Amino acid sequence: MIEQYGMALMGGMLVGLSALILLLFNGRIAGISGIVAGAFAAKQGWRWLFLIGMVVGSGVMLYLGQYPIPELVDLHQWPSIAAAGLLVGLGTRLANGCTSGHGICGVGRLSRRSIVATTVFMVSAMVTVYIKRHLM
Amino acid sequence: MMLAMSLLAGLLFGAGMVISGMIDPARVLGFLDIMGQWDASLAWVMIGALVVFMPSYGLWLSQRKQSLLGEPMPMVPTPHIDKRLIGGAILFGVGWGWLGICPGPAISLIATGQSAILLFIFAMLLGMWLVGKWIRHQ
Repeated sequence: MIEQYGMALMGGMLVGLSALILLLFNGRIAGISGIVAGAFAAKQGWRWLFLIGMVVGSGVMLYLGQYPIPELVDLHQWPSIAAAGLLVGLGTRLANGCTSGHGICGVGRLSRRSIVATTVFMVSAMVTVYIKRHLM
Repeated sequence: MMLAMSLLAGLLFGAGMVISGMIDPARVLGFLDIMGQWDASLAWVMIGALVVFMPSYGLWLSQRKQSLLGEPMPMVPTPHIDKRLIGGAILFGVGWGWLGICPGPAISLIATGQSAILLFIFAMLLGMWLVGKWIRHQ
């Protein structure tokens, strides 16, 4: 249990360092929903390199660290997967950010919009889990 | 140079997703399940990220007009709380709580090669595209 807390803290610090580097050198916000949403416009090579880096970074770490491969829901539950993905896409685009953009970069810059958004999506996600696990 | 720093930042972010446990939807759902067997450990991901990012921003980056590579620093948005922000955050929360996957872990999960995550990302892109279309329409 203590080890899990330490790993969460260390992993979180890496994420914070990533956000710091992207802002300090490139003047960009490390918000994943924003980086994904803007990737299809012209001249956005930096977004693609960031995303490729994420996949390579997690792949190498999963392999080197001998972490168990996280299990996803089975593909035959496709309506559930598609609905969750769609809601995440709609919601993050409407709110202009997700867990990283609002939760870390926005809160870290004391943006009132981000503090409000982060509180709302955390409560909304907790209520969703409560309904799904304990009421359905 | 900008591209190299983007790649480096992405590598660190992806590694952070794995080490922290954020990449595992089961752990995320355990963190969100405050009325059940609550696993509070993932709260430390945000704490760790803020411990690194917040003071360096507040004491250093916020004073800069340009990034080290000469890009303009993004402004903190004016504190305008509207229905779009609240409604979007509610919808995002429902989608996140449904499977325990938000955009950062979604991209990192591509590395596991499971086809379900590609469907999730495709649906997410569709949602983003629909909102973009709606905004341009207004």
